[in-house]
Amino acid sequence: MEIGLTHYLIISAILFSLGLYGIITRKHAIMVLMGLELVLNATNINFIAFARYGGMNIEGHIAAIFVIILAAAEAAIALAIVLNIYQNFRHVNVDEVDNLKG
Amino acid sequence: MTQDVVLPLSILILLIPLLSFLINIFFGNKLGRLSGVVGTTILGIDLGLAIVVAFTKLTSYGTLHIIQNRVEWFNLGSVKVLVGIGIDNIAAIMLIVVTLISFLVHLFSTVYMEGDRRYPKFYAYLGLFTFSMLGIVIANNFLLMYIFWELVGISSYLLIGFWYEKNSASNAGKKAFITNRIGDLGFFIGIMILFFTYGSFMFEDVFAGISSGVMPFNNPTMLTIAGICIFMGAMGKSAQFPLHVWLPDAMEGPTPVSALIHAATMVAAGVYLVAKVFAMFTADALTFIAVIGTITAFISATIALTQVDFKKVLAYSTVSQLGFMVMSLGVGGYTNGFFHLVTHAWFKAALFLAAGSVIHAMHHAAHHMHDHHTDAQDINNMGGLKKTMPWTYRTFLFVTLALSGIPLTSGFLSKDGILAGTLAYANLTGGWHWIIPVLAFTAAGMTAFYMFRLTIVAFHGEHKTEIAKHTKENKLPIVLPLVVLAFMSLWIFYSPNPIDASKGWFHKMIVQPKSAVPDAYQWSFLLNEHAEEDATVAHQAEGSTTHLEATTGKPDDVKAAGHTTGHYLNKFQEESHHFHYIAMILSLLIAGSGIALAFMIYQYKLISADKLEARFKFLHTFSLNKWYFDELYQATAINGILVVSKALSWFDNYVVDGLVNLSSYVTRGFSYVVGLFDNYVIDGAVNLTATFTGFLGAKLRKVQTGHIQSYVVFVLLGILILLYFFI
Repeated sequence: MEIGLTHYLIISAILFSLGLYGIITRKHAIMVLMGLELVLNATNINFIAFARYGGMNIEGHIAAIFVIILAAAEAAIALAIVLNIYQNFRHVNVDEVDNLKG
Repeated sequence: MTQDVVLPLSILILLIPLLSFLINIFFGNKLGRLSGVVGTTILGIDLGLAIVVAFTKLTSYGTLHIIQNRVEWFNLGSVKVLVGIGIDNIAAIMLIVVTLISFLVHLFSTVYMEGDRRYPKFYAYLGLFTFSMLGIVIANNFLLMYIFWELVGISSYLLIGFWYEKNSASNAGKKAFITNRIGDLGFFIGIMILFFTYGSFMFEDVFAGISSGVMPFNNPTMLTIAGICIFMGAMGKSAQFPLHVWLPDAMEGPTPVSALIHAATMVAAGVYLVAKVFAMFTADALTFIAVIGTITAFISATIALTQVDFKKVLAYSTVSQLGFMVMSLGVGGYTNGFFHLVTHAWFKAALFLAAGSVIHAMHHAAHHMHDHHTDAQDINNMGGLKKTMPWTYRTFLFVTLALSGIPLTSGFLSKDGILAGTLAYANLTGGWHWIIPVLAFTAAGMTAFYMFRLTIVAFHGEHKTEIAKHTKENKLPIVLPLVVLAFMSLWIFYSPNPIDASKGWFHKMIVQPKSAVPDAYQWSFLLNEHAEEDATVAHQAEGSTTHLEATTGKPDDVKAAGHTTGHYLNKFQEESHHFHYIAMILSLLIAGSGIALAFMIYQYKLISADKLEARFKFLHTFSLNKWYFDELYQATAINGILVVSKALSWFDNYVVDGLVNLSSYVTRGFSYVVGLFDNYVIDGAVNLTATFTGFLGAKLRKVQTGHIQSYVVFVLLGILILLYFFI
């Protein structure tokens, strides 16, 4: 069986779901960020797969590189936020950061 | 000088006194004593300009009917309202009369008003008055005339009540103003009738309309009524019976004001108005005017006989002389009426200024002696002033002669002309009209009597009080105007012949205008006898707004009057000429006997004044109390108005207020019900909504956990739901 687009998409979907699961369930803020990275990488796999098989060609690669750059920027900002959270709450448990509760 | 310059110069003459007003009203307090100098200087310049304009008009353009312009002021729908100024011969002469007397009064007041608290304000008001009076003189339409008419009224009011701390002065101001309003209301109605009919305020348009046969409301009687309405304005300003009551009270104002406004200029404005619109009066209107003038002349002469206040005698004399002028115009003696206005302006201003001089001296003497109870204006407190105030006495005596109508004075010329006119009129009309000359001659005799009574009691004999003994002749600014004005009362200024003015320049220049009224409604003896070319004035198009134009009237009129014997303008003038010598002899006899009687009673005491008084107690009291006019008006007009006001006030208090209160109660009751509805129904509904929303919000806020992860779950669920629906 030849490895095709479908396989990549399945891998990507699994990775996306794992990432989403991590975002939703982890209590530690860093873990939530890692889930986020997984989601981003799942989309990257999608881009590359479509570039290879779906006729997206070079645009897919460029989009993937954009996502990687964005992920780096996002990680920098997110980690800064996490640091701030830690300074304010002396912990990084997202369950307890609920000041916006209605 | 060309005639184009006349109108701009006239506007300058008009505006210069306004400058004096503005300077003195805004910078008066800074100027202080200087404001009198400023005002007098400004008026001096104005006088110079007025002399230039008047001489230009009278010498170079004397035969031109009028130099005037027409300016479109504003539009009322399709009606263009035109205004303008015009200088005709009577306006030219009036310019000199107003500015010269105003100048002399300014000069006089520098001493007379010295030390007054509101000295600059006095000069400001004098400037305002002079401005408004000049406006009346140069207006060539009813609209401007009416505006300046009212301005004159307000400045008169301000000056009468100048010493408003005195209750009598402020009351006199109000009385003058309100009495004038009655006349002005008539004036306004008259103007509106004419404007409604002829669509223009211009005198010439109105006259042209009348002579083309158009009648107000297609009814010739309405033209008479319009004329009488216009004349009502003159009745108010010129203090004609029955509106004459304000003028004697106006003597509460400072004496220079009495001389300027209430003797020489403003009160002459009514006569001037009648002369200006003389062409529009029908025979009936003229009869009315003549009768009013005669009654005024007679009644006020009788009142002047017994007054003891120096200024009151002069005031009633003024009313009487104004009556003479109006009577003269009414009987058709246009030229003599206006002639008397001018001559009277000089000598009556002189009389009042002399009165001011006397009162000033009396006040000073009283002040010096610390006597503040003696009335400085009562002639019974004077006496012997001849010795202490020689210049005042000399000028006073001379102008008294002028007022009494003694030859070699201007007053003789004009009064004689008027009396001859009344005789001619009575002879031409006959019947009851003979009353007019009879009353006129009687009034002329009384004039001579009361003037000499005044002179003898105040100036001759012994000093009646210590104050009179200590009076001193006044300074030059007071004496000089007296001398100038007395000098102006010489006959030579008007006619080289001291007993007949009809060949003088005055009668050549002031020619009765051709009546605009159709022949059927005019006295036949006032119609011009020889057919002349059409007197209608030629105009350029009305469109040009600032264009000056001179309208040529009827040059041949002037020629006609200047003709040698045998050619008279109309039958009236011919008849007047015939009566000239009869009137002269009669009036001299009557004036002479009046003077003789005055000397017999007051100088030589051949007849006891007290006995006469006791003998004619009723007549004396009647005259002393001014025919009870004030009481009559108090009883009828004033009390009538009070009763009506009280009734109206009752109606207001009980009926109108009751209705208002009732409606307010109803409104309050209704409001209470509406309030209840508001509180419980509308507010209830609003609150219900709010409560429901709050309840909903309380439930829904549970969703906002603050946990980012739960939000992500919601997003995920949402996307899944969307996917389910759209795919």
